Parts: sequence; structure tokens; C-alpha cells
Amino acid sequence: MIDTESGKTALMLETRQLECVRDDRLLFTDLSIKLAAGEILQIEGANGSGKTSLLRILCGLRRAEEGDVYWQGEKVSQVREDFYASMVYIGHLPCIKGDLTTLENIQSLLDTRSQSAPIEEIDEALAKVGLAGFDDVPSKALSSGQRRRILLAFLFLTKAKLWIMDEPLTALDVQGVELVESMLMEHRETGGSAVFTTHHGMQLPCEMSSVTLGKGQGSKC
Amino acid sequence: MLKAFYHLLARDLRLAFRSRHELANPLIFFVLVVSLFPLAVTPSADLLMVMAPGVIWVSALLSVLLSLDRLFKQDYEDGSLDQLMLSPNPLVILVLAKVFAHWLLTGLPLVLIAPLLGMFMYVPDEAISTLIFSLLLGTPVLSLVGAIGVSLTVAVNRGGVLLSLIILPLYIPILIFGANAVDVASDGMSVRGQLLFLAAVLALAISLAPLATAVALRITASR
Repeated sequence: MIDTESGKTALMLETRQLECVRDDRLLFTDLSIKLAAGEILQIEGANGSGKTSLLRILCGLRRAEEGDVYWQGEKVSQVREDFYASMVYIGHLPCIKGDLTTLENIQSLLDTRSQSAPIEEIDEALAKVGLAGFDDVPSKALSSGQRRRILLAFLFLTKAKLWIMDEPLTALDVQGVELVESMLMEHRETGGSAVFTTHHGMQLPCEMSSVTLGKGQGSKC
Repeated sequence: MLKAFYHLLARDLRLAFRSRHELANPLIFFVLVVSLFPLAVTPSADLLMVMAPGVIWVSALLSVLLSLDRLFKQDYEDGSLDQLMLSPNPLVILVLAKVFAHWLLTGLPLVLIAPLLGMFMYVPDEAISTLIFSLLLGTPVLSLVGAIGVSLTVAVNRGGVLLSLIILPLYIPILIFGANAVDVASDGMSVRGQLLFLAAVLALAISLAPLATAVALRITASR
């Protein structure tokens, strides 16, 4: 059992005895994680150790073979609506439409969450991620790093309590990495939590829990 | 909830109008196939009149089938589908919005151009309205039922053949009743029965197909 140091503050996300099997391969079993408010958790592990699968289980896109995910003490399947309103997932796919402008992309992502933000706030978020003045540019004209930055602006605008991020540093430059780090710090200070995976070094000037997957990896079951 | 429906519908329509060449594909396919028949078979009015209902309905069906891929493929490939599934709104409503957008972009243009093609094919004037009504009731069913198949095959590379195998058997009743309605109307008889059947299938499809599609999408995402 892997247990992160649980905080003294409110418990946000919890998993109990999770087991994940993919193509007859046991990726992990008996995985229990506790994530408190203001806690940042990094999932570590080699390629194919089940990091993405774990994140998809955490956000409810994938079903675990065994075990359950709990949001603030309740099973996620029972508080789905509440959980989805407080959680934002950013996968390794960009979810950006090339035919829409930066602004339209952000708005449609927010619409999906039944959220909206005033134009000034979106402009502010775009400025923060270094995309000021790009709001009416079709996203297909942007570089892949810039598209990731659109997602960061979206992440910021959701004001979600829990961020689940799969390789958030993909395609980002050095300033981009620093930006993600500073966003995480800010998020943490306001009581938010985050779970993420990355293969790049991320230095956060704060305590960070970590879970390593891949022990007993590849065993057939 | 209604807002979520409207926003997604608006997004899909906007996206479609930004890539117009794709938008015209099903319509051009429909017009081309139907207009090739008089050239290839015979321009004689008697024969065309007999073939018309079948030819128009089969072309409409294939045209919708070819455009189905567009329903979820792009969203699946760029990850937007995950975001839709993580929406606090019921997935069924979002699916319905996407299918409605698909019908507005493929089915509706076919319905609108059908009277013209009907005239090409010597469909008698009194049967033209039946042609329109049968397509108006039938094409939404094609989109709704098609969505189930697409949601099951969207993760499969080159799933086109698989999609046809899953979907075609379900399309056949619509094809039979749709084409038969036009055929019977050409003979000047009442088509109440056929149209009521199509309407009943439409009601069934609207209420059940989005549920099945939503479940199939969740299965696809969990792979």
C-alpha cells in the first residue's frame, strides 16, 4: 500500500485499494492515495506503468477493476455532478479546435463545464499565460506550445479546486514550465490540490507528495 | 442543461461553417449519385419513375453513412470528447446536441434538395411532398442510430467497414418504409401508414439512441 502523507486539512480526493488491469497486464493493485486540500501530488513511474490510466480512473473516465475513488468522503459515482464541477482534467491531448479562435476555444471549454467568464477576465488569463493579443487568432495558426498555453488559461479560469494534469509540461518552453510551477504554487496557496504526471523535472518550492507506480509491473494476471 | 445543449450545438455549427468544403460533401455525393442513374441506366421516364424512390432513398442513406465519421472523430482525436464526458451536464443532452447538429448539416440539406432530384427522376408531383416528409422523418433516425455505431467504432482505426456492418441492418427498416412511402404515393394511394411508422421510429430513436450512444462513448473512453 502506498500512502502519501495525508494533511491535517480537509481531505479532497481519496482512493481505496485501486487496481488497474490493462490488456491482461496488472498495472497496479491495492493503491490507496489521500490528497488533502492544498496538497500537490506527483505520480511517477516509467512509460507504460499506468500513470495515464490512473489519472483517467481518478477523474472517472476509466473504471478501476477494483476499488473506488472518493471525493470529499463520498464515492465519486454518487456525487458526479459536484465532483465534475470542482475538478478539471487536462489530458495529453490538446482539446483545442484549430478552426476556432483562442477566445472561442476557451469559451467553448468553459461552456462544456457550464461556466462562463467575462471577457476582461479571459483577457487577463491570456495575458498571464503569455497569449495577450492572440484572442482572435485561429488556433491552427498557433504553435503546439501556445495551444498548451490556451489550456493553462482555461485551467486558471475554471477556478476548480482539483487539477488533474497528464504531462502538463509537454511542448512548453522554459518560461512555460516556470509558468506552470507558479500557477501550481498559487493554486496551492488558495487551498487547491493537484495531481499530475511529468517526465520533465518540476521544481516546486514547497512540499510535494509523490506516488511511484510500476512496482510489480508487467506481471500477468 | 438547455444552455449546454445550445452551446454545443452552436459550437458544432460554427466549426462546420469554418470548414465549408467538408460541409458540402454529403450533399454533392447525394446529387451526383442520383443524377448518374439517368445517364447510366436509361433516360426513359417510365423506368426512372419506378426506380426513383429507391435510388433517392439509397443515395440519401449512403450519404448520411459516409458523413457519420465526422460526428465524434474529431472530438475523439483532439481530446474534446473527454471534456464532454467530464461535463457536469448529462452526457445524453450533449449527445443529442451533437446529433442534432449533424442532422442540420447533413440530413436537412438532403431533404431540401430532394424535391429537385425527385423532378429529375420523374417522381409525380403528388408524390414529391411524400418524398420530403419521408426524408424529414427518416434522416434524423439515420443520424441518431448512426451515432450509436460511431461511438462504438470511433476508437477503431479504419472502422468504416465495421461501422457499416453495425449500422446498415438498423437502417434497412427506414429504407424500406421510406422508399415504399414514395412508391405508394406515386400510385396515388394513401401513405399514412408508412409515414406514421417512420414517425414512431423517430420518436423511439430520439428517446433511446442518445442513451445508448452515451453509454457506448463511456465504454470507448474507458479503453
